[in-house]
Amino acid sequence: MPHTAYIFDALRTPRSKGKADGSLHEVKPVALGAGLLNALQQRHDLDTRRVDDVVMGCVSPTGEQGGDVAKSIVQFAGWDESVPGVQLDRFCASGLEAVNIAAMKIASGWEDLVVAGGIESMSRVPMGSSGGAWLYDPEVALHDSIVPQGIGADTIATLEGWSREDVDSFALASQQRAAHAQAQGYFDRSVVPVKDLNGVTILEKDDFIKPNTTLDILGQLRPSFEAMGKLGFDDMMLRKYPQLPAIHHVHTPGNSSGIVDGSSAVLIGSEQAGKDLNLTPRARIVATAVLSTEPTIMLTGPGPAARKALTKAGMTTADIDLFEINEAFASVGLRFMRDLDISHEVTNVNGGAIAMGHPLGATGAMLISTVLDELERRNQKRALIALCVGGGMGIATIIERV
Amino acid sequence: MSENIHGFIYEKDTDGIVTVTMDMDGPVNAMNSQYRDAMQNTVAKLETETDLTGVVLASAKSTFFAGGDLRELSSVAKGQEEQQFRMIDDDIKAPLRRLEKLGVPVVAAINGAALGGGLEICLACHYRLALNTPKVLIGLPEVTLGLLPGGGGVVRSIHMLGLEKALPLLLEGTRLNAAKALEVGYVDALVDDADALITSAKAWIKDHPSACTQPWDRKGHTIPGGNASNPAVRNLLSVAPAMTLKKTRGLLPAPERILAVAGDTMSVDFDTALRIESRGLAFLITTPAAKNIITAGFFQMNSVNGGAARPKDVEPGKVKKVGILGAGMMGQGIAFSSAMAGIEVVLKDLSLDAAEQGKAYTARLLDKQIQRGRKTEDDKNTVLGLIKATDSYTDLKGCDLIIEAVFENIELKNNVTKEAEGYLTENGVYGSNTSTLPISQLAEASAKPENFIGIHFFSPVDKMPLVEIICGDKTSDTTLARAFDYARQIRKTAIVVNDSLGFFTSRVFGTYLDEGARLLTEGHDPVLIDAMGKQVGMPVGPLTVQDEVSQELTRKAAATHRDMGVLGSNSDCAVNIDLCETMVSQFGRGGRYHGGGYYEYAEDGSKTVWPKLYELYYNANASVPHQDMKERLLFRQVIESLKCLQEGVLRSVAEGNVGSLLGIGAPAWTGGFLQFVNTYEHHQDTGPAAFVARAKELAERYGDRFTPPAIAVEKASAGDRFQ
Repeated sequence: MPHTAYIFDALRTPRSKGKADGSLHEVKPVALGAGLLNALQQRHDLDTRRVDDVVMGCVSPTGEQGGDVAKSIVQFAGWDESVPGVQLDRFCASGLEAVNIAAMKIASGWEDLVVAGGIESMSRVPMGSSGGAWLYDPEVALHDSIVPQGIGADTIATLEGWSREDVDSFALASQQRAAHAQAQGYFDRSVVPVKDLNGVTILEKDDFIKPNTTLDILGQLRPSFEAMGKLGFDDMMLRKYPQLPAIHHVHTPGNSSGIVDGSSAVLIGSEQAGKDLNLTPRARIVATAVLSTEPTIMLTGPGPAARKALTKAGMTTADIDLFEINEAFASVGLRFMRDLDISHEVTNVNGGAIAMGHPLGATGAMLISTVLDELERRNQKRALIALCVGGGMGIATIIERV
Repeated sequence: MSENIHGFIYEKDTDGIVTVTMDMDGPVNAMNSQYRDAMQNTVAKLETETDLTGVVLASAKSTFFAGGDLRELSSVAKGQEEQQFRMIDDDIKAPLRRLEKLGVPVVAAINGAALGGGLEICLACHYRLALNTPKVLIGLPEVTLGLLPGGGGVVRSIHMLGLEKALPLLLEGTRLNAAKALEVGYVDALVDDADALITSAKAWIKDHPSACTQPWDRKGHTIPGGNASNPAVRNLLSVAPAMTLKKTRGLLPAPERILAVAGDTMSVDFDTALRIESRGLAFLITTPAAKNIITAGFFQMNSVNGGAARPKDVEPGKVKKVGILGAGMMGQGIAFSSAMAGIEVVLKDLSLDAAEQGKAYTARLLDKQIQRGRKTEDDKNTVLGLIKATDSYTDLKGCDLIIEAVFENIELKNNVTKEAEGYLTENGVYGSNTSTLPISQLAEASAKPENFIGIHFFSPVDKMPLVEIICGDKTSDTTLARAFDYARQIRKTAIVVNDSLGFFTSRVFGTYLDEGARLLTEGHDPVLIDAMGKQVGMPVGPLTVQDEVSQELTRKAAATHRDMGVLGSNSDCAVNIDLCETMVSQFGRGGRYHGGGYYEYAEDGSKTVWPKLYELYYNANASVPHQDMKERLLFRQVIESLKCLQEGVLRSVAEGNVGSLLGIGAPAWTGGFLQFVNTYEHHQDTGPAAFVARAKELAERYGDRFTPPAIAVEKASAGDRFQ
């Protein structure tokens, strides 16, 4: 690669319940994203005229989150009018896709400084608002056997023989790890409080984490996808997986990612941009990968994507210190660890989306900040970030501290 | 049995209905700290009632509730936004939310004005019953004070009426009478008999025992007309910013914030919208615009209209018969305004024909009002019946006030004075509507200079709300009081100033024209110069307004002053005077009504720059930052106003502010040309110190005319403000 793509900083907003009673419901998507860009600008006294592009993931780009929301965010933040912005959508991978695209822009030498991140106000623009043929066109759904993702997650657990307790245990670990990390201040460097127009703090830290949950409490929750399965989606799935007698519905709100509001921003650039602007590189982006797998089960892409990225980097899992897998569902995390043959000890060490929530378009870039902070705290070198993605896609990124 | 809860009289009847009669300390009920205690404790007590069947909210005052405590609001300093937000959200909004969720019907019995906070309390009731009387005024006028209705007014209006109906009311601060409020939907029913108000409220409760859920708390509630996903709402939200900016030019934060809160209200739930509204008000409270508008537009306006400048020991008096000399544009306007106030008018000109034409002006204005349904033929006949057009001085006999409005020529005015004043009643007042000639000098022609005074009207008289009263050195207190009372009688706001060339308003206004002329002769594009004047908030650009005033008039006034040896004696407007001279004498560009000035005017009223102007002055290399252009146009006027205060031409800060707002067109956001200094922000500094620093910068860059006057420097070093 002609140029190295450096990460100068990675910030995120705290996350909160993506419903009307969530702390961030009162913050419109444009303001949520702009607040973060302002923080990024202030933290580095950034001359925004030097920013070549702002790439932001958003999965429901409609209503007040529509119309190339990235550009609206850039302007609302008061950045120089020369700064462009683009919104992209690769479903749940959008935030990491933004990071990867930014890395490619830098690596190609065609751009020098790019902000990558995402925005998703799930409370104000609910999941599914932007529609889509895969959801609402019967011909397409029939053609591709599209089932709700949770049924895919339940199928993974059924295929692997993971019980309700297995998935709940994974979820409990997520809560405990996130609670511990937050209490110890591990997230403090990157989480930027959300403020109102008066500078009054609306939300300082993630408030979705449930530190007091137990296996017992988790065990009492009803499966989320049983009813949908009975409607016919289970049969649709079983046509593809005839070896299974039935789907075991083990996923509940307690072991699936939470619906939350949030935004993320990662500052990525070339060595020269860093020098010019007095920015210290924290890490470099080593490799990226995206691919697709079986679309009906939909959620098995992360392992293959990780392998692809490792191959590209000429590495094996042994070269990676920490792994981040987006906890869309507990079985996704478990499957990722099994696929890569890695331990939970090095995976999602500070919890994940089950505890803190998954603001769809923003999550991927949030994971960069979470794992980079942790690499620094542990004085370790490399991390691999992966997410499962709608349509069976998987995405991965390897970063390395410099 | 009744209980007084911090000024709320709490009384429960045998039917289980509690009547809360608001009777706070002071002349009105207001949303101050006493109110917050009263409402919180009242709601808390209501919540503990066991056999409660309903609540009636009433007032013991002649107004229902007067709204926010502006003194308290205008004293909030920057940095207190969070504390304000908490106070609004926790201490004002939360109790009202609890009131509407009590579980029993709550009825507002509106006996008088319920404006601002008063209406917001009513909107948190389930039913609003208003007395059908002119005393009842309903509305949310916060925007006119640079604020927004932060007690739920924005959100509840939208949830009750829908965005389309609510937005104009919120953005214009419309005050509605009882019938109109009923039509709009703010009020549910009217009661004709004051004594029946409370009983009707109670009767409604008995008839509707379960009417205790607000529309927005009902399952499945939607905003009338739809929310942000409705195409019509979207259309409105997309054009409203442009429509608002067209009016505010981006200078008034309140309408913009109201619009922003309204926009959010269309996208979030009711309670979240209320919180966003609280944040919006907390933001506006500390803006300079709100402070300026409240200080000048409310407190100082009230003090000026209340007669602060009027000698106290003179008995109030009314004019019965006014004589007006000269039936030109000013004379006919003064005749109209006087007759409309029921005063008998003698309108005298040289010929009866000219006088009749002056009278016809009143007929034309009334015809327009008849067309709009505001007046009847009878009204017109009554008013016209009060005006006598004449060419004879003798008809002035019995006038207790004569106002001279003839051409600005000392000799002519002196002759007229001598001819007319003999017809005045004993101690009648003789006023001159001059805008350029010194009153003390004109008074020399009078046999009774103590009864001689300047009464300076603005054109068009029927629309312009200001009268500038000028005391000559011999004018008596009684004369001043009479002139002041007359101004109030014809419903004008009067400021009183001391005699000096151009008095206050014309003198300050002249500097605006002069700075425009300077920018022009420096080579800037006339279109840009006028745009900068408008962008800083002046009603019209300096070159356009010079065309209206006419270069001819400016030249003539200068010639008169030159003859009198007073030209440029207090302010330097030489550049404009020279320019007007050149325009008239060399190019025949005397102004809009003299065939054109800086602009050429088409039949349809459109205008284009007179091409020769570019040839004469335009210099493509001339470059001044836009901000500097805007501030030059503003600072000239502010500095001149400060000098007027310093020299005693202005007798109070309040009159300087009110006079500049109403007479010169000082931008509303400034709160007048003196208040502007109090909140001016520059390099982290605020107030006179910031102003002085910026004025010095401008002086260094553009000339001594921007040197801050001593009075500002003194205020700055004392850390004081103009009050």
